[in-house]
Amino acid sequence: MASSAVTDVLFYAFAALTLLCAVLVVANPFNRNPVTSAMFLVLTIISMSGLFLLLHAFFLAAVQILVYAGAVIVLFLFVIMLLDLKEEQRRRIKFFGAVAGLLSVGLITAIFFKILHHTNLNEHPLPTVEGDTASLGKLLFTQYILPFEVVSILLLVAMIGVIMLSKKDLK
Amino acid sequence: MHVGLEHFLTVSFLLFALGLLGVIIRRNLIVMYMSLELMLNAANLALVSFSRFNDKLDGQVLVFFIITVAAAEVAVGLALIVALYRKRQTAHVEDLNSMKL
Repeated sequence: MASSAVTDVLFYAFAALTLLCAVLVVANPFNRNPVTSAMFLVLTIISMSGLFLLLHAFFLAAVQILVYAGAVIVLFLFVIMLLDLKEEQRRRIKFFGAVAGLLSVGLITAIFFKILHHTNLNEHPLPTVEGDTASLGKLLFTQYILPFEVVSILLLVAMIGVIMLSKKDLK
Repeated sequence: MHVGLEHFLTVSFLLFALGLLGVIIRRNLIVMYMSLELMLNAANLALVSFSRFNDKLDGQVLVFFIITVAAAEVAVGLALIVALYRKRQTAHVEDLNSMKL
């Protein structure tokens, strides 16, 4: 029972951190530099992998940090530095756009809470599944071997596409 | 109150809503792209929590594939943004108002 209370507190801490950092990615009132957004995206990703740990998805928590906080954010920062986005800080968020965005997102959130209130989620009483590397790898190399190979081809295609796109004279 | 599936789903949905808000209100291509990443991550969180509370590992395998595809998508998308910036010298959607390069 005591460990369950600790998990609950950890859940609320990680959830609050995730949502706070996500707000700062989208609309930071103090700094509108894309580099700051990218840094808060790193914090969002790291606290989300904390949530993954609470869900016993240990392998995915590690992959989340390696792939997102490691590779994706570095790519983002690299492109931001390459593009020199100084003028972004001078531009304001348009009032009409902000109102439209808040209205639509508020409505869709209301729909979600309505649905959540009316659904029977049918939870497993005592979840025992463990997302460790061994069990996930076993599943990946038996039942999901075909998607695994297809994804490797997708990565190759993406690599060739990126090389073609970044050539000097894009035809 | 004990933390269950609905708590994780709420966090996941709020994260998705924030990503959607970012795509709507921000006009910089790179920040919009980061908001898209937030939305993808929200879907991942929902899948992992469904996987945990239904006691099946398949959802986590799906999340593994989503992370792979998202990494490929980021690489291609950022290469497109760089190619666009070379042609037009801008990364703002409001300056990109013609289909012709």
